[in-house]
Amino acid sequence: MRHTPWKVAVIAAALALTAGCGKKAPKELPPPPGDSADSGTATGVDDGSDDSAGVGPGSREDFIRTVGLEGDRVFFDTDQYDLDDRDRATLDAQAAWLNRYPTVRVTIEGHADERGTRDYNLALGDRRANAAKNHLAARGVALQRMTVISYGKERPEALGSDEGAWAQNRRAVTVLPQ
Amino acid sequence: MMKRLFPLFLFAFAMPAAAQLSVDVTDESGEDLVIAVPVMPTPEAADTPAGSTEALGRQVAEVVAADLRGSGLFRPVGPGGVRAVPFAEVTAPAYDAWSAAGAAALVQGFVKANPDGQLSVGCYLYDVALQSELTRAGYVVAPRDWRRAAHKCADAIYSRLSGESPFFDSRIAYIAESGPKGRRVKRLAIMDSDGANHRFLTNGQSTVLTPRFSPDYKQIVYLSYVEKRPRIYIYDIGTGRQRIVTESANQTFAPRFSPDGRWILYAMAVGGNTDIYRVSAQGGAPARLTNSPGIDVGGSYSPDGSKIVFESDRSGSQQLYVMNSDGSSPRRISFGGGGYATPEWSPRGDLIAFTRIAGNFRVGVMAPDGSGERLLTDSWQDEAPSWSPNGRVLQFFRTSQGRSGRSSVWQVDLTGRNERRIPTPLDGSDPAWGPILP
Repeated sequence: MRHTPWKVAVIAAALALTAGCGKKAPKELPPPPGDSADSGTATGVDDGSDDSAGVGPGSREDFIRTVGLEGDRVFFDTDQYDLDDRDRATLDAQAAWLNRYPTVRVTIEGHADERGTRDYNLALGDRRANAAKNHLAARGVALQRMTVISYGKERPEALGSDEGAWAQNRRAVTVLPQ
Repeated sequence: MMKRLFPLFLFAFAMPAAAQLSVDVTDESGEDLVIAVPVMPTPEAADTPAGSTEALGRQVAEVVAADLRGSGLFRPVGPGGVRAVPFAEVTAPAYDAWSAAGAAALVQGFVKANPDGQLSVGCYLYDVALQSELTRAGYVVAPRDWRRAAHKCADAIYSRLSGESPFFDSRIAYIAESGPKGRRVKRLAIMDSDGANHRFLTNGQSTVLTPRFSPDYKQIVYLSYVEKRPRIYIYDIGTGRQRIVTESANQTFAPRFSPDGRWILYAMAVGGNTDIYRVSAQGGAPARLTNSPGIDVGGSYSPDGSKIVFESDRSGSQQLYVMNSDGSSPRRISFGGGGYATPEWSPRGDLIAFTRIAGNFRVGVMAPDGSGERLLTDSWQDEAPSWSPNGRVLQFFRTSQGRSGRSSVWQVDLTGRNERRIPTPLDGSDPAWGPILP
C-alpha cells in the first residue's frame, strides 16, 4: 500500500487539530496508516486509490478527503450515546458534503468498547449509530439515504484493553460504499 | 451427517439397592469419591468401523472416566494404571482387590460386536465396601456412536450417585473464533458436551453470533451478518440451509428458543430503542413483549414457558427483570451495583445464571426472585453462561485481556470449585448447551 503525499499532510494536520480537543477525544493516537488494513472501517488511508488527482467528486475518496482524518466518525463516553459540540461539528461537515451529493447513500456503523456484554453492546451500537443518523437527518440528509448497522464490540478499531483504546472504539462511523 | 438422534436402546435394567454411596452436587467441602474405571473387556475381539472392540473397550472407559472427572464430583482412577478385568469378572467384581486399591466405587462394563453390525456396551456400577451392585445399563449403538454409549454410561453413574438428572450425553453449539482481535472470523460450530465430534457449520465469510440449539437439535437459531444485514436466522442441520426468521427493516439479534421449541424470543433495535419480541419458530407475525424506552434484550424462558427473564437498562444500569410470557407484570429481581446481563433460566427452574458486570465480568447465579446471589468465577471477562441439561453445570466463554482478545469455552459447576476449559480446535465463544439426547 502506498501513501501519497496529500494523505500524509492531511493526517498531520488532523493530528495537530485533535491534539487539544475535548473530553471525548481518544487519549491514544490512532494507529499509523500502515496498520489501517486491520481497522475494518473506512479511515481514508486504505482506499485503494493511488492517484489523488483522480478522486471523483461525490466518491468515497472525496468524502474521506473532505471530512478529514476521523471526520468520518464521532466518539462517545462510556455507555453513552449523546453527541457533544465536537461531534455535532463533525456531523455538520459530513452533512454539508452529503447535501452536495444527494444520490450518495451511506451506512452508519455503531460500535461499542469491549466492556459490555455482546447483546447489550449490539443495542448500544445501534443507539450510537442512530444518534449520528438523527443529527445528519436534522441537517437535511434524507433518511432513506442512511442505513444503520451495529457491530457492538465485534470490530474494535484499537485493540488494547485500556481507556485510550476503549475511547477510540466507542464510535459511530459514516461509511460510503466501496 | 447428523444421524445421532435415534434413541439408544436399553437392554437391561436393574433396580438398585438402597444407596449407600452418594455425592452432593452442592457440597462445597465434599471429599471426592474414588471410582475405579478399568478397561472394559470384550467377550470376543472383533473389528468394527470404529476400531476393534478391544480398543473401544479402553476408549469407552476413558470417556466415562473423563466425564466423571469433569463433573468435579468424583476422582476416577483408570483405565490406565488399574488392573485388567477379564470378561467373566464384569458381573462378579473382585471387590477385595478394588478395596485394597482404595476404590469406593467401581465401574465395569464390556463392549461387544453384534452380528447385525451394532455395538452392545454394558455398564455396571458397584459399591466396593458393601460389595453390591448399584445400577446397570446397556446400550446398543452404531459403532460410530460409541462415545454416546460412554456418555450414557457416565450419566447413569452420575445420576445414581448424585441423585441428579444426567447431562453428559448432550451437545454444544458455539462460535469458533480465529484471526486478529479487530477482525475476528466467527464460524458456527457444534460439538459434544466434552468437545468431541466437532463440526464447523459455516465458513466464516459472514460474522455469526449467539447460537442456540432447538430442543430437538435439528436447528440452530443465531445472528448472522450475511450481506451486512444483521438478522436472526435458523440453520437447519439436516439440510445445511439457513432461512431468515422474521423479515425486518431493523436489526434483530439475541435469539432464544422457548423450551418447547415453538417460539423464538429476540431483540429488535428500532431507531436506537431495543425491545424484546416473540415470533413463532415457523415464522409469522411477531409480538412485541417489552415497551420501555431503554435497552431490553436477552430474554430466557422459565422451563414451563410461563415466565421470561431478561435484562434492561430502564433503571439506568443493566439489571434483570422477570415478566409473564405475554410481556405483562415485569418485575426487577437484581439490585447490585455494576450490572447484570445475559440471564439464562435453569432447565430445573430453580436458578437464573447471569453475567455480573463490575469492571470485570463474572458468572453467577441467583434464585428467580433475586435472592441468594452467588458468583462462581473470577476472571477478566467470563461472559454468557449456558446451563447443562440438568441445571447443575454452566458453560461460558472467557476472553483474555489486551490485544490478543483470545476467547475460550469454559465450564464450572454450582460450587464454583470445579472449573475447566472445554477443548476446541480454534478459539471459542457463545457456548449454548442443548438438552439431554434421547
